[in-house]
Amino acid sequence: MVIWHSHAAAWVQGATALTPPHTVPVTALAPPLAVRGLSVAYHQKPVLWSVDFTAPARGLVAVVGPNGAGKSTFIKACLGLVPLLSGEVTVFGAPLSRRRREVGYVPQRGSVDWDFPVSALEVVAMGRYGRIGLLGRIGRADRDAALACLDKVGMADYAGRQIGQLSGGQQQRVFLARALAQEARLYFMDEPFAGVDAATEQAILDVLQDLDRQGRSVICVHHDLQTVAQRFQHVLLLNVEKIADGPVSDMLTPSLLRRTYGGAALDGPVPADAALVPLRSAE
Amino acid sequence: MTAATFLQLDFPAGLTAVLACSLCAMLGNFLVLRRQTLVGDAISHAVLPGIVLAFLLSGTRATGPMLLGAMAAGGIAAILIETVRRLGRIEAGASMGVVFTLMFALGVVLLEQGAARGVDLDADCVLYGQLEDVLWLAPAGWSALLDPAALADLPRELLTLAALNLGIGLLIAAFWSPLKLTCFDPALATAMGLPAGVIQYGLVLALALAAVASFEAVGSILVVAMLACPAATARLLTDRYDRQFWLSLGLGAGCGALGYALAGPLPLLLGLGWSLNAAGMIASLSGLMLGLAVLLAPRYGMLARRRGHPA
Repeated sequence: MVIWHSHAAAWVQGATALTPPHTVPVTALAPPLAVRGLSVAYHQKPVLWSVDFTAPARGLVAVVGPNGAGKSTFIKACLGLVPLLSGEVTVFGAPLSRRRREVGYVPQRGSVDWDFPVSALEVVAMGRYGRIGLLGRIGRADRDAALACLDKVGMADYAGRQIGQLSGGQQQRVFLARALAQEARLYFMDEPFAGVDAATEQAILDVLQDLDRQGRSVICVHHDLQTVAQRFQHVLLLNVEKIADGPVSDMLTPSLLRRTYGGAALDGPVPADAALVPLRSAE
Repeated sequence: MTAATFLQLDFPAGLTAVLACSLCAMLGNFLVLRRQTLVGDAISHAVLPGIVLAFLLSGTRATGPMLLGAMAAGGIAAILIETVRRLGRIEAGASMGVVFTLMFALGVVLLEQGAARGVDLDADCVLYGQLEDVLWLAPAGWSALLDPAALADLPRELLTLAALNLGIGLLIAAFWSPLKLTCFDPALATAMGLPAGVIQYGLVLALALAAVASFEAVGSILVVAMLACPAATARLLTDRYDRQFWLSLGLGAGCGALGYALAGPLPLLLGLGWSLNAAGMIASLSGLMLGLAVLLAPRYGMLARRRGHPA
């Protein structure tokens, strides 16, 4: 593990060339995420069926598909949160169980109870729990790191606020800051843009760009095809089965989108510039 | 009242009440924070047939066999709840309600049958407890509190509860952070590799232990009240996790002490000719406390809310 950290730190600083050769792990070239034959079913109904996907080494990945396409399930399956019917997931060339610390997670905002008696800073500090371990305590360094992450999403002024007193957008930013506090190399984000204000959308996009620039990978479930086209480099089209994946310019084509969303989702013939028509979910 | 009679009667009974209350209040926090208060209700009821059967089979009131019985009943209850939920396609709460009332009823029937055959375990005791029977016969004066021989003679219920308070308190302190995260966001805890499932089962196990240990002394009604009321009251009074914990612990223990005093010793001191069931008094007091908090809490109380948002 020590080897990994020295390497990860060097990577972040863009100084890989300075790292002595013996500290570079053989997995340096392994993809951030590789998924083979991933199938998940709830109550005998398939939600994901035999999905193969390999994330590119660089670039933001958007997971796109209609409601009920299994996008959230895909992320949860990659994180080991739902039982797999079949398939395997590797992260940087190793099973997930050996890469927990390399992986960060932004769940859907609605998945937790915002009345919980904790402050924004405490929630962000929870991002450090994986590092401090089962019996660990949050120390000053962890607290400072958490505060810095809150600052990155423009929420430092709200550190002491109970999380229920924050707006939806502010809550989403707290969740993002918590993921940043995980200091992961691969991030899974489940609809971080759902129901947020313009300022929050901008803050999240800035953070995504920063992560990308630092060489960290982001796999993000997202609905708005316009921002996908503008801000993401890769797309995974999903509707229970994988429809296709590749560079964003190849994916947001009328025929692929029609295959992903089905005829019902798009009214009439799809216009040639369908990629620029925002397709917001009904939620 | 002399020192000796206080130490023989009110001291062990009162302390047992306080310890049962503090134990349940500590664990109740994690139920209230997960919005799973019903789970505590379910566990404390569902373990009854196991306890009765264990008693009928082993013939002793020792904690060990009773605990095994309670665990077995708890396991069966968990399986039944899941089965009813799946087969009936109903939500977990409804399924729990069906299963724990059924199992409690089974426990009461077993009790009555056992009692009819002259077994020394009765339904009143299970419901309301027998605090008044928790006696410490050894002391002759205050010096007994420092006398190892006398201390060794402390009632078994009291010692069990004290050990559980200490043990579960230490476990909560040790796993403070992971407990907080698994209550707030179990998915993230699992994603980080923290054993959220083990912590959840550990909590249920601790609840079963607390229910069994408290049963005899204070009865199931007090267990249910103490799992819910102090933690829910604390939740209305603070927005901080650590304060929530300490406040509920203090409120629970305070209710235990005050409720016990109000039920027996105080009316006696005042020369009144009556006394009340201590467990019932404590439970009522905790309900009253929660009611007051619902009305008057500084931020979440009904009055404060009304003032904040004029209709």
